[in-house]
Amino acid sequence: MNGIRVGGIVLALIGLLAAACGGVATPAPVAKKLIIGFTASQTGAQNVASSKQTEGIKLWVDDVTKAGGIKLKDGTVLMPEIKFYDDESKTDRVQALYTKLINDDKVDFLLSPYSSGLVKAAAVVSEQNAKVMITAGGADDATMEQGFQNIYQVYAPASRYLTGAIDLMLKLDPSIKKVAIVSEKDSFSVSVVTAAKPYAESKGLQVVVNQGYDTGTTDFAPFINQIVAAAPDAIIGGGHLPDGTTLAKQLAEKKVTARFVALLVAPPETTFADIGDAALSIVGPSQWEPQTKYSADAAKSLNIAYYGPANADFIKSYTAMFKADPTYHSAGGYAAGLTLQKAIEDAGGTDPAKVRAALDKMDFMTFYGRIKFSTDPKTHGKQTIHEMVYVQWQKGSDGKLAKQIVWPTEAKSADAQLRK
Amino acid sequence: MSFDALVPSAIDGLMLGFVYGLAAMGLTLIFGVMRVINLSHGPVIALGMYVVYVLFTGVGVNPYIGLIAALVIGLAFGIAVYLVAVDRVIDQPELTTLLATFSVNLMIIGIATAVFTTTPRAVDISLGSVGTGNVTILGTHVVAVVVAMVVAATLYAFLFRSRIGKSIRAVANNRAAAELMGIDSRRMLALSFGIGTALAMLSGGLLATLFAFTPLSGGTYEVKSFVIVVLGGLGNPSGALIGGIVLGLLEGVSTVVIPVSWVPVFEYAIFILILLVRPSGLFGSRT
Amino acid sequence: MIRYRIPFLPVVAVIIAAVAALPIVIGSPSLREELFLVFMLVTLASSINIIMGYTGYVSFGHIVFFGLGGYFAFYLMQVQGWHFLFALIASAFPASLIALLIGIPILRLRGAYFALATVGINEAMRTAINNFEPFGGAVGMFFNFSIYLQYGGAKSAAVLAYYTMVLIAIATIGTSYAIKRSKFGLSLMAIREDQDVAMVVGIDPARAKVTAYVISSFFPALAGATFFFKNGIIEPGHAFDLIRSIESLVMVVLGGIGTVAGPIVGAAVYEWLRSFLITSSALANFQLFLAGLLLLVVVLFVKSGLVGWLRNRFPMLRSYIP
Repeated sequence: MNGIRVGGIVLALIGLLAAACGGVATPAPVAKKLIIGFTASQTGAQNVASSKQTEGIKLWVDDVTKAGGIKLKDGTVLMPEIKFYDDESKTDRVQALYTKLINDDKVDFLLSPYSSGLVKAAAVVSEQNAKVMITAGGADDATMEQGFQNIYQVYAPASRYLTGAIDLMLKLDPSIKKVAIVSEKDSFSVSVVTAAKPYAESKGLQVVVNQGYDTGTTDFAPFINQIVAAAPDAIIGGGHLPDGTTLAKQLAEKKVTARFVALLVAPPETTFADIGDAALSIVGPSQWEPQTKYSADAAKSLNIAYYGPANADFIKSYTAMFKADPTYHSAGGYAAGLTLQKAIEDAGGTDPAKVRAALDKMDFMTFYGRIKFSTDPKTHGKQTIHEMVYVQWQKGSDGKLAKQIVWPTEAKSADAQLRK
Repeated sequence: MSFDALVPSAIDGLMLGFVYGLAAMGLTLIFGVMRVINLSHGPVIALGMYVVYVLFTGVGVNPYIGLIAALVIGLAFGIAVYLVAVDRVIDQPELTTLLATFSVNLMIIGIATAVFTTTPRAVDISLGSVGTGNVTILGTHVVAVVVAMVVAATLYAFLFRSRIGKSIRAVANNRAAAELMGIDSRRMLALSFGIGTALAMLSGGLLATLFAFTPLSGGTYEVKSFVIVVLGGLGNPSGALIGGIVLGLLEGVSTVVIPVSWVPVFEYAIFILILLVRPSGLFGSRT
Repeated sequence: MIRYRIPFLPVVAVIIAAVAALPIVIGSPSLREELFLVFMLVTLASSINIIMGYTGYVSFGHIVFFGLGGYFAFYLMQVQGWHFLFALIASAFPASLIALLIGIPILRLRGAYFALATVGINEAMRTAINNFEPFGGAVGMFFNFSIYLQYGGAKSAAVLAYYTMVLIAIATIGTSYAIKRSKFGLSLMAIREDQDVAMVVGIDPARAKVTAYVISSFFPALAGATFFFKNGIIEPGHAFDLIRSIESLVMVVLGGIGTVAGPIVGAAVYEWLRSFLITSSALANFQLFLAGLLLLVVVLFVKSGLVGWLRNRFPMLRSYIP
């Protein structure tokens, strides 16, 4: 009565080993299926960003398959196969579907949905069933402070999202004094603001508006009216893609003059530019951008391993496969796959305890950046070392809007500018 | 909180109130004529949003022209819904008609989410803005108010001046007597349901020009419509329009005094209070 | 007086126990999860039946008690560190108390006004809790994972929740049956048929209605506490989900309003349908359409629902299927 059972079927092709002491004969690979499950928001508010993440995961699977699979030390070859369902951007769907993935589809490992709220729901189910899950798309700190043993976070935590923006802002214009914070009331945005507000105040800024809006808000007029009345120099906040985009658009429509505007999640997405000039000069934090410079050389100078494709190669294969530019959501999805792959290779197999041990020890670099997880029992699995970059939409010499990295200064591709 | 925001918020709220009132007029008309609470009201509003959206993005039709389509489709759809779901059970106790219209609600949402998904959509038009200082009024909002007023006036003229309108009011007043006077009451009931639905769809179309939406967006406006209808008196169209304006104003002003996320709590509390204390509404019901 | 030759309650209890034991015996966690949901829906549907089926008052927003039970229990477990079973019992009383306080004013309303008022109550509660920081506000609450250790781990906690839900379902059905057979139940049905005449006969409608409403709020609260205990997360939109409320209403109508077996049948059929459609999102949304269609067909043609129709068609069965 209940749906389809997909068992893990082992196909064995046994080749003959050349005998002999120390003979290095490559056996014909024993290919096993590695079933990786997750849910994607193919519909609902998280649809656009989630699709990017899924594309990143699909590209990773494609690259691994083209390279012949995940090759273990003992000669076994694992061919990754993904199984995913549409969670409609809803937490109860996530929980039901992850239960299904674990019990019916018998997945070996899990990846996460996109967006912290959904990741939290998936993490609970995953942890309840002691299944290892690598999360992309979930930056919320609170989720990673619950003492989970099986969840590993690839995104830099939410508390880091706007602190860098505040640094950027003060460097750009030290005369900025009044800041308005308008953010979504969901676990991710709340985490961000919980860290950003005290940070801003510690830098001598005055927070003149601090309001939260419910998820799904489409009318920001009440908030904008309050902002206009308080006349701040800067506005920070937002939430996810649909609300961030709408907020930016309505700020422009209502002719709000603030010298600096930083919004979460939306600005690094290519579709943000669809709102036209309203996107101009808006800053957004990003987990990765095409212009970042993480490379094998950088890894060498830090004395850590570099794993996976080079930045340029990732961008090239992504654009070829999906006919669109990758965003940090795509990179996150790919990085999650890479992390799982490396962990399995390091562990020499799919035994969950060994894979967890491998993940605990990891400190490596990819095109996406550096990845290392916390082993402290209270924050186990939290991302400790990945850094954010900040982008800003600027008009190029051709008059078209383009995304530039403006912070940190070591990584920038253009100077930051004030908003008119 | 901040009183500098009072004037712009009040104006914003007032303007939105006209659209709310338009939606509520549809609901109250249906109740006034046939004592049926149309629980498919919300999804129908959402359908209106999609009609305008599909015409705009698919065929490039100006959203304001699309409103006419919403009106016409709404009329036809409403008549169909009446004949299929409501006609058979119209004389039965309230629970039955409540559940019947509710089933239509579920069906519309089911199909709409299957076809359009819950990914937010928006109709991107901009008519500029006008204003000084703290107050910026968007062109789209002004047009919405104008449309609402025109339609409300037309409805009034229809109900009070035209023959059919008078027939509808006759059926509302006393169905048996109207039949005795030679009015085909069934036809009038179907027509009124159609008009009620058309008004809801039209308001949905207007809302589409203002905000982004999903098939579930009708829900909030449905509840607001209930609040307004109860405020303005069940069955009283002019009460609905005024009730809408009052609610919009209240919403706008309260955002200045209490945090915005408390406003819905406030609204629902008023709703329950009015139901308990004065169910005939502030203006008295016409039933 | 009606004589029942085969005792309904013990038979049903045995059947339910057998069904409930099935996933444990064959060792299928997914069947257990499925049945967990079915028993939860049976509880919700049976509870609504008490106020709607027997008394004739349509409570659209009944899910508010489910959410309240969930929140109170969650708070006691997560913030105060109580054991699940204590939190479970403790959570139902504040929920029923709220039912009492709300019930007294709103049960004075008739018909459609009452239905609308219950929607208002649910939405008001949802938006209020959305702002209520001690209950987590918009973000909700979630368990620190080590909480499951006192139950022997998350898996054992899920099994505990399962057994609890089975017991709650049996208790709800038992109560529903007891009411139907009692003089109290008769007075409710009299109120449903014609409240004014009932008053003439000496029934105090206000007291009877409120009692029914309070009883009908108790079991959804227990179900909510259990559901969210197992879930590990609670959020306002999820806890006070109006769609879930309406679905339980559909189940009652589908199965047969005013019967004891009706809600059970309705819940089982509806959940079977839903699980059948869950894997594809297009089909899952279609599920809502089907729910609507079913409801319309039942309302238009088979007003008494599946069980009701059976009872009408085969009067002999009436004594076996109350």
